[in-house]
Amino acid sequence: MSDPTPRDPSVNVTIRGLRKSFGGEPVLKGIDLDIRRGEIFVIMGPSGSGKSVLLKHIIGLETPDAGEILIEGESIQSPGVMDKYRMAMVFQSGALLNSLTVGENVGLYLTEHRLKPRAEIARIVADKLELVGLKGREDMYPSELSGGMKKRAAIARSLVIEPQLILYDEPTSELDPLMAVTIGEEILSLNRRIHVTSIVVSHDRELAFGIADRIALINEGTIILVGTPDELRASAEPIVQKFLTADHKLKPKQP
Amino acid sequence: MFRDIGQLVLLAWQTFLALPQVWRQRRKVFEQLFEMGNASLFVACIVSLFIGGVITLQTGPTLVERGLASAVGGLVGLSICRELGPVMMAILIAGRIGSAIAAEIGSMAVYQEIDALRTMNISIVRYLVLPRVVAISIALPALVVFAIMVGWLGGAIAANYNTQIAISYQSFFTNLRQVVEVGDVVKGIIKAFVFAVVIGIVTCHQGLKTIGGPRGIGRSVTKAVVNSIVLILILDYFVTRILMEFKS
Repeated sequence: MSDPTPRDPSVNVTIRGLRKSFGGEPVLKGIDLDIRRGEIFVIMGPSGSGKSVLLKHIIGLETPDAGEILIEGESIQSPGVMDKYRMAMVFQSGALLNSLTVGENVGLYLTEHRLKPRAEIARIVADKLELVGLKGREDMYPSELSGGMKKRAAIARSLVIEPQLILYDEPTSELDPLMAVTIGEEILSLNRRIHVTSIVVSHDRELAFGIADRIALINEGTIILVGTPDELRASAEPIVQKFLTADHKLKPKQP
Repeated sequence: MFRDIGQLVLLAWQTFLALPQVWRQRRKVFEQLFEMGNASLFVACIVSLFIGGVITLQTGPTLVERGLASAVGGLVGLSICRELGPVMMAILIAGRIGSAIAAEIGSMAVYQEIDALRTMNISIVRYLVLPRVVAISIALPALVVFAIMVGWLGGAIAANYNTQIAISYQSFFTNLRQVVEVGDVVKGIIKAFVFAVVIGIVTCHQGLKTIGGPRGIGRSVTKAVVNSIVLILILDYFVTRILMEFKS
């Protein structure tokens, strides 16, 4: 693992002409995006619009049919990129390893890459768990945690990596509103503290407008609009307005 | 099918290349060994005891009728150590351990744990495949040694108590010692090792390519076990043929 540059450890991400189909069904239809160093970039869109598939391409879990993803100008598919840049992803389900304790999960990156002595890893794990409000839960297993706790443990696991790029897949789904706010604050404070480039995929409008520097709206595999939260609100695009103003109006109004 | 074979060969090669790192994964190897031994030793002993017994029952009376009572121990001893011990244990382990490996790795694939490892730049081969393949490659030959001894004992018991055979323990084992050589047992162990690698690679590969939910995991487990057994039985012929070139 190379050390990041001391001034700005974060990275930029460039996506050019990204296309992906599954079973002949196009999911991403030519995505172009420029994500700047150190920003919180939220990708919003309705369910099934291709958000999570896009995120998986950015971290190299999927191979594009066409187009490319560049991290600091280097293709994510080229060998050595994963060694050169520290990247982390917080999965929707947390994706903690069920056979390991919370502490082992959080310290896994350091243990497997043999980056620190055992005692120091234990100290770092305890620090990160405290940071996400899970102090003293090292010996618990993921099955003993609630959904929100799993997500926070997954964030702690990402923090240990000291990432230059962090991706969040639906970080507030399945969480109560209070926990969703806590997670949102965590994403924001992490970004401000270590200046990590953060890409968040979500359909949670409140989260997006609360934390984003810029937002991209994706629909049916195509980027509709990219802009700041204010630019998005001011957009006259009908599909943007429809997505931003959709509300629960199921009950008839009382006379 | 050819794609699967290609992927299997590639995974086997990557696992082989990762072998120098096995010491780093020793804790996981020991964990796997413990689980495999725990899950299989007792069943292996029971199965072997009865296989030894039934082979004696099938061959003993015919040999005794033709005045070849002195050949029973040797025949049973040879068939168990060269063929039945390794093959039956491999099939048992494919069902008992192979299914567990495919289910565990399959559920890790379905619940994105493997994706999480990849994003942390942790080698799937080193972290998941290597410890399991190494553990099963140690466990199966060791189990086969047990199975051979218990199988012989089962054969001797059946030969002693069945009235149509009625060969004493002493003459059974005397004949067995005259016919069976250390090389025969070694050949059985070599076969077991080959089968172990097949089970480890096939079940890990099947687990890794699991998609879908619980139904996908079920499908993977079934395919992993069936493919392992089919490959074991096909390879059995070729390994036997190759080992025939080496005199005991």
